Amino acid sequence: MSKVIEGLLYSESHEWVKVEGNIAVIGVSDFAQSEMGDITYVDMPDVDDEVTKGEDFGALESVKASSELYSPVSGTVVEVNEELEDAPEKVNEDAYENWIIKVEMSDESELEGLMDAAAYAEITK
Amino acid sequence: MFSYFPHTDDDIRQMLERIGVKSLDDLYSDVPADFIYKGEYDLPEAMDEQEVREFFEAVAAKNPRMKVLVGAGAYDHYTPSVIPYITSRSEFITAYTPYQCEISQGTLRYIFEYQSMICALTGMDVSNASMYDGPTAAAEAMRMAVACAKKKNTVLISSGLLPHVREVIRTYAKYYGTTIEEIEMVEGRTSLESLKKLMESGDVAGAIVPGINRFGVIEDLTGFAEALHAQKAILVEYCDPSALAVTKTPAGWDADVAVGDGQPLGIPLCYGGPYVGFMACRKDYMRKLPGRIVGETVDGSGKRAFVLTLQAREQHIRREKATSNICSNESLMALWVTVYLSLMGPKGMQQVNDLSYAGAHELHDKLIGTGKFEKAFDAPFLKEFVLKPLVDVKKLQQALREAGFLAALETEEGLVSFCVTEKHLKDIDPLVDVIKAL
Amino acid sequence: MKYYDKLIFELSREGRTGYSLPKASASAAIPAELSRESALPLPEVSEVDVVRHYTNLSQMNFGVDTGFYPLGSCTMKYNPKINEEIANMAAFGGLHPLDDQLPGVDMVYDEMDKALAAITGMKHFTFKPCAGAHGELTGLMIMKQYHQNRGDLARTKVIVPDSAHGTNPASAAVCGFDIVEVKSNAAGLVDVEDLKPLLGPEIAGIMMTNPNTLGLFEKDIKEIAALVHECGGLLYYDGANMNPLLGMVRPGDMGFDIMHLNLHKTFSTPHGGGGPGSGPVGVCERLAHLLPADIQNRVPAIPGEEKVGSVSGFHGNFGIILRAYTYILMLGRENVKMAGKLATLGANYIKESLKDAYKLPIPTVCKHEFVFDGLIDDGSATGKPGATTLDVAKRLLDFGFHAPTIYFPLLFHQALMIEPTETESKETLDEFIDVMHKIAAEAAQDPDILHSAPHSAPISRPDETTAARKPVLKYQDETE
Repeated sequence: MSKVIEGLLYSESHEWVKVEGNIAVIGVSDFAQSEMGDITYVDMPDVDDEVTKGEDFGALESVKASSELYSPVSGTVVEVNEELEDAPEKVNEDAYENWIIKVEMSDESELEGLMDAAAYAEITK
Repeated sequence: MFSYFPHTDDDIRQMLERIGVKSLDDLYSDVPADFIYKGEYDLPEAMDEQEVREFFEAVAAKNPRMKVLVGAGAYDHYTPSVIPYITSRSEFITAYTPYQCEISQGTLRYIFEYQSMICALTGMDVSNASMYDGPTAAAEAMRMAVACAKKKNTVLISSGLLPHVREVIRTYAKYYGTTIEEIEMVEGRTSLESLKKLMESGDVAGAIVPGINRFGVIEDLTGFAEALHAQKAILVEYCDPSALAVTKTPAGWDADVAVGDGQPLGIPLCYGGPYVGFMACRKDYMRKLPGRIVGETVDGSGKRAFVLTLQAREQHIRREKATSNICSNESLMALWVTVYLSLMGPKGMQQVNDLSYAGAHELHDKLIGTGKFEKAFDAPFLKEFVLKPLVDVKKLQQALREAGFLAALETEEGLVSFCVTEKHLKDIDPLVDVIKAL
Repeated sequence: MKYYDKLIFELSREGRTGYSLPKASASAAIPAELSRESALPLPEVSEVDVVRHYTNLSQMNFGVDTGFYPLGSCTMKYNPKINEEIANMAAFGGLHPLDDQLPGVDMVYDEMDKALAAITGMKHFTFKPCAGAHGELTGLMIMKQYHQNRGDLARTKVIVPDSAHGTNPASAAVCGFDIVEVKSNAAGLVDVEDLKPLLGPEIAGIMMTNPNTLGLFEKDIKEIAALVHECGGLLYYDGANMNPLLGMVRPGDMGFDIMHLNLHKTFSTPHGGGGPGSGPVGVCERLAHLLPADIQNRVPAIPGEEKVGSVSGFHGNFGIILRAYTYILMLGRENVKMAGKLATLGANYIKESLKDAYKLPIPTVCKHEFVFDGLIDDGSATGKPGATTLDVAKRLLDFGFHAPTIYFPLLFHQALMIEPTETESKETLDEFIDVMHKIAAEAAQDPDILHSAPHSAPISRPDETTAARKPVLKYQDETE
């Protein structure tokens, strides 16, 4: 049974969002990391890149698979988690502690389409 | 039955019985009847081995054997006898891509050595396991530049690159949707001023320039990387890997990617292939490299082991989002290069270049001495050079051909090019004699 | 035999040489600012060091000459030795690619063009592509150029079945196309009903493998061809699976417009541990003038119709083309007819013999290959984790067989794709069948035997995760 944290918003493609003012902190859910198995690389965008809701902004890689990361919001990347460049296994260790990117949102109403913890727990049962 | 098919009639009968069908044709019952080819294939009748051998001896005899004193992307260096001996071993030649690493350590190890040697020659951090040839490696570098730059979509290519290299880059670019602009040549060298001018568009993702250009001139790339990096564009150097033993490396020029053809490293001319493209880059661009890469790790008991790695870049996992569509590459030719470089070592590579340099300069000076050529440029060269002919080029080529020399290849500008390797030192005087007699 | 664990760099001793060259009287006088800035870190070894080292490495490899290699979609048939002898003739090795006066070479290309046209029903071939994926890319360029020449610039999408080789969508992307996926139906074939709504004025064409990667003949191909042509698109044939059709069915007759062949699969040239291959591309008559120009200029351009430009340095892998031509001459008209049938016989024989132990998702007659979806009894009833397809593959190595292709196609989670080819005897297939049964029995009793396999290979399963997380991609001299 994978872990779901209260207070975060979730997408159907298994990303989570923590809202801090107009900044969206984005990571992947515990369910997503456990499906991937040992993550060997996190492909991340550069700071200042634009991301669009529903479009991919990077990927999780394992030895034999790759899974695209889809942005739950639109906006501009303001920070990427550089620690993951050399230690992608941190996402396996704690998917919620180890965020991937921070995005300055261009349209906060996009958050409305995301799920709360209870709804997300339901789809990953 | 034919010797490659081990089936006896009884085997076939028993196998059909197990499957539960009556005849071999019944195995094609799912194929609509009108697709089964009923005609007679327009092919020759089977030959026996001796007939095949005689047939190809006759084919070979139709091709005049020339002494090759041109290069232009295919260089007639000496091939030590050890190489064909090793590369003919069936364990190497009849294996597939090393998917099952536990029984492919031979292939994986030599690819790791090959990658290490390409890094040694170029000064780059990471090499892939090989590309088809130099020109396709350059085309992949063009796509890599665009991928690294994200939104910029123009790649500059030096008009000093060999014509067959430029053409392949242009073909790939046309269908991929990348704009190609050519950097001009001034006095036989790629012009930094021309590059800077083309960069004013702000759309340049990278530039591909030769280390030694199609005139044989050793390029001075001072300032190229700086100009490109200022706009976050990458510098790709197209190099002759044999010459890198004595000329400044791509790393020395601060290039980001090095590509080229491994053919000068002991691979026979063989009418253009198989050769092997090489492609290496700085660590920053490692994840953008196309093709296979071999890495070192340990097995369950801690023994050193080699595996295909960083595979999430590749087509079998990433499909349309892969860094490239390449699957089969030129693994056996990478072994060819690896064995060559092992035999040569740093001293042998130096000697190949010393001999080629001496031979080319001797021929250059003697040709000028005939009064039938003028210098084209006052610029340093290694084994290949161009001259301005003062005689009719067709007549010149014909006279050389009749004497058994393939030489004096004509460039786009009407210059003629020559090349001397360590293999052709004794051909210099006879060739000059032909020209004197013109 | 002792385990060999050296790299050539570790044999290096300063002052040793392995070459024999004329003496040099002077150093190359390259201006200092253009000279190599650092020492060249290549090994210094003797000739005997080199020969022993690579001979030792070769002994850690498994090839077709070592044993049965049922790697699905790779057509690991026997590589005849006469092919090697012909391709290695010194008279061919010394030919420069820019020598345009070589009648013998011209003849080889012309005759190969004719032979491949006869076998495939295509009009003409280009030999420039150096591998299958390179052929796909070239073929797609021809497709794009065809539409461009007609001013039909809206055709930006290529349809690829979900069962396709990964190179198909990747090649389409490199050619600047967007990819539209068409689903397979329950029978493992392209779903015609799913295809119909995808067709339209944006479709440049469809890429198909027939038989497909499940080894099944796409029997609706006639209808598919009609539908695609009707919408203005072209049909591309991925020739990776041509072997069962060799001597039986011609892609040109099925309505395909463009195709590639893998000479290193169907035409017996060796794979070389991952190349060199050769991927000639054939086209139907109305596209022949679009083929990349070559030195023989077999198909001249039509004024106003732009050709596809060059896709590789010179004339493709001539050495490989010579091998394939040798194979065709040896086989001849009479034997070419048997190759496909016998390949299909072997695949069906294995399939029928093993379906009691391995899950067979699609039970119909197959062509040259077929796919199991893992073990029927994976041993998980023992309370231990069940044996997977990976475990079966690794255990096979212990019995002296190469493993089948695993985890492809992606339609099944435990895909195990087996292709025996026509050059294997019934005894070899029977041995393989026995071993596969033995492995299935082991799995049912104690899946741990499989989990820890291979037990007798030069190495056991390596740590691929660390290899990808902390890449070590070249030799580092630790004494430095």
